Amino acid sequence: MDFKEWNEFNKQGEWTKEIDVRGFIQANYTPYEEDESFLAKATEKSLKLWDKIQELYKKERENGVLDVDTKTPSGINRYEAGYVDKDLETIVGLQTDAPLKRAIMPNGGIRIVEKSCESYGYKVDEEVEYIYHNLRKTHNDGVFAVYTPDIRAARSSHLITGLPDGYGRGRIIGDYRRVALYGVDALIAEKQDELNILDTDEFTEEVIRDREEISEQIMALKDLKEMAKKYGFDISRPAANAHEAFQWTYFAYLGAIKDQNGAAMSLGRVSTFLDIYVERDLKNGTITEEFAQELMDQFVLKLRMVRFLRAPEYNALFSGDPVWVTESIGGMGLDGRTLVTKNSFRMLHTLENLGPAPEPNITVLWSKNLPEGFKKYCAKISIATSSVQYENDDLMRITLGDDYGIACCVSAMKIGKQMQFFGARANLAKTLLYAINGGKDEISGKQVAPKFEPITSEYLNYDEVMFKYDQMMEYVAKIYIKALNAIHYMHDKYSYEALEMALHDRKIRRTMACGIAGFSVVVDSLSAIKYAKVKVIRNEQGLATDYEVEGEFPKFGNDDDRVDEIAVNLVKTFMKKLEKHQIYRNADPTLSILTITSNVVYGKNTGSTPDGRKAGVAFAPGANPMHGRDESGALASMNSIAKLPYEYSEDGISYTFAITPSTLGHSEEERINNLTSMLDGYFMQTGHHINVNVFDRSLLIDAMNHPENYPNLTIRVSGYAVNFVKLTREQQEEVIARTIQEKI
Amino acid sequence: MEKENVVGRIHSFESLGAVDGPGIRFVVFMQGCNLKCKYCQNRDTWDINNGNNYTVKEVIEKIMRYKNYIVASNGGVTLSGGEPLLQQDFLIALFQELKKQNISTCIDTSGMFPITEKIKQIIDLTDVFLVDIKSINDETCKWLTGFSNKLELEFIKHLNEKNKRIWIRQVLIPGITDKEEDLVKLKDFLASIKVEKFEFLPYHDLGKYKWEKLGVNYELKDVRVANNDDIKRAKEILKLK
Repeated sequence: MDFKEWNEFNKQGEWTKEIDVRGFIQANYTPYEEDESFLAKATEKSLKLWDKIQELYKKERENGVLDVDTKTPSGINRYEAGYVDKDLETIVGLQTDAPLKRAIMPNGGIRIVEKSCESYGYKVDEEVEYIYHNLRKTHNDGVFAVYTPDIRAARSSHLITGLPDGYGRGRIIGDYRRVALYGVDALIAEKQDELNILDTDEFTEEVIRDREEISEQIMALKDLKEMAKKYGFDISRPAANAHEAFQWTYFAYLGAIKDQNGAAMSLGRVSTFLDIYVERDLKNGTITEEFAQELMDQFVLKLRMVRFLRAPEYNALFSGDPVWVTESIGGMGLDGRTLVTKNSFRMLHTLENLGPAPEPNITVLWSKNLPEGFKKYCAKISIATSSVQYENDDLMRITLGDDYGIACCVSAMKIGKQMQFFGARANLAKTLLYAINGGKDEISGKQVAPKFEPITSEYLNYDEVMFKYDQMMEYVAKIYIKALNAIHYMHDKYSYEALEMALHDRKIRRTMACGIAGFSVVVDSLSAIKYAKVKVIRNEQGLATDYEVEGEFPKFGNDDDRVDEIAVNLVKTFMKKLEKHQIYRNADPTLSILTITSNVVYGKNTGSTPDGRKAGVAFAPGANPMHGRDESGALASMNSIAKLPYEYSEDGISYTFAITPSTLGHSEEERINNLTSMLDGYFMQTGHHINVNVFDRSLLIDAMNHPENYPNLTIRVSGYAVNFVKLTREQQEEVIARTIQEKI
Repeated sequence: MEKENVVGRIHSFESLGAVDGPGIRFVVFMQGCNLKCKYCQNRDTWDINNGNNYTVKEVIEKIMRYKNYIVASNGGVTLSGGEPLLQQDFLIALFQELKKQNISTCIDTSGMFPITEKIKQIIDLTDVFLVDIKSINDETCKWLTGFSNKLELEFIKHLNEKNKRIWIRQVLIPGITDKEEDLVKLKDFLASIKVEKFEFLPYHDLGKYKWEKLGVNYELKDVRVANNDDIKRAKEILKLK
């Protein structure tokens, strides 16, 4: 391949011969090792546009949604071009024909679309209803056609929770950069080649499926071209300059979010790629730094406007309308050069130019070898905005190389070479209660898991509990994988992500991303049983419904090996049980300890636990210690979490950390230095992920009571950022109850 | 007795001290204090009979868990309290061990001690001193702490002669330690020594509940907490940025 748009690029390597974005980056990018002093302010144009968008936000908040198109099932090219204000937009393209107008995506399930519409006072168009109720089967229909009674029971009793059987699975990252680098025609040609490879003698089910999927991918790519044409752009060819590169990349992403209402629609790792175009234009004098920043600001404004139509129940699980437009920046290359470029700074700088915001979900891939200037700028932005999360590049680079990105919150995958089947999570706290109650639900009293001997003693015996818990985990792992196999089979069949997968290689690694909820509750419960005395309180039916803890026991989050070892073993044990099963499309099972904000709702549906937690009380998020139990300071808490083995929890270990500004240091310089060192230390201890919040509890309480004064207050919860004022009261209270480190 | 078996009476530990010396500090709050500062925010550290015993070895084990953070930040270990200089044998044994491990040492003290041979040894083993000047006005100091500031000021001068890194702090209490004439005197005193860092700590009453919990009267209950304007004014008098 050769294009005039590639003028002045270094053509070394394979990237001109095959699709190889990483090769292009490595041959052409300019590492940046200085500080932020080069950055430019937002242009007037960007600020005016942002004002207009914020006006729309205000109207949106009044009703929950601004508008819904109830007539047009969404797709890559189903809408006319839409604008906020054409004259002010440097980057164009909206999900529908008007800003913040939400689309319906009934391929996932028609009932959820109807419910979502109704809850905001809309009604789905009759013809659409007719089609989807009578003519076109959906993902949701497919799943429930095959679910077995044991899956249904486990699901309705919240033993396995948050399953993507009624909403889009998401967590697939298309390599959106390919569209800018190669243009769509070259990508279509590549896919045609793949079809030829799949013209095999043995026409097996697998080959047929692959051929069908690739045909759909080609159609999606053609749709993408047509969609861009409506905006006046010909993206069949590569992008010729920085402006086009941002625009082409955005179009590719836009196509994906028109096509899919995935739980997490992440962007990948585009900043350093785009920096190559910016550098070329800057060198040629065709753009200024101001314009380079305008491109980034305007790109980010579009990302801040991504919206999906979702039901209020979904909001209870994942609050604040998140879409996880996760962009990963920073990291180190395999050759030892840093992957930080000026664009990494420009991306962070949008939080200064446009103020804090939850999206895009800016994720810094941290390495101890990152340039100092970049580390300090990250820390500075974190302290000012609480909008950044960090993940351990030194840990992930070992298995994932240097062109991976984060999907959703913590799930790392090689861009364009790997995808995951999102699997929500199993409630291991409830699993423990089932072990004690012989498979009966502690709230309903129903026999959910197979019946076996409950524990009848007055005080819990550690060995007996562990023996039964192990069996119960075995059962949960089995039905969990059964459910996920069904879900992803049907998702592929009825709601296939054709465009996102068109931006992948043909041969990819698939993971089945399982998860754990209630982690620290289980760990502390087992510790209480082992080191203190736990008395069982039973109701008249003999069901254990409450526990009394007598004496002290070590609690997770205090860097105490006695309990941290229980935590490590729990992760390993459950992971090994998942590995025993046959998984759809030969995916590799992985595990995450991540709950997002669903820890509140899972806690609500779980009875009292042997750690002394009362029925209904929220779990801690992700891998966090339970609220207020990590009493030995911030670093002790970090050390406990860093002990959890990433090798057994490859899909991520989420830790949400909050600290008051005054604890971090008296002066800004001190705070920046100390936060930088904390991150260095945490990741050297092999911690995987950390959300950093720097604020006072009093600020949150004030924001809870006077939300009107804090429209943009952004905080990081498990794995993503949210507008604090968009959380439910319950969730706000839970966030406030979390341990904010303020020990001096 | 083996050095590592020397026992100290300790109130508590803090793994992340970001304001108790340079970098990130592991802070050991020693139990027991000889002063009676009316504004003390750690009232529960006064009584030497409270707290728990730890050997030097046990404390070192705790510290080593945080070595990554300490090294990354050019931080170290800070002994605070209470008054660390009340447990000199423990302090010497602990700091000797830390020196072996190449970890920087710091003491947060009132400095109200005569310069004895043991104190000299401690000064040798300590990299940074955080000294609270309770009040440069001796009458105020006596009223506030029960003791004259003479020893304290001598102590600081001695550290200065020994070329030690010195951080000086003063709690700014509205109406008590913020009188203009006193602050001018403080400025003159600071000018006579080499201070690496000077900080005003705004008086707050967050430690009040500890007094109440112990059933002792908190005399400063009618004194307001210091605000940003108080700090700004005091800094202007001292001609600090």
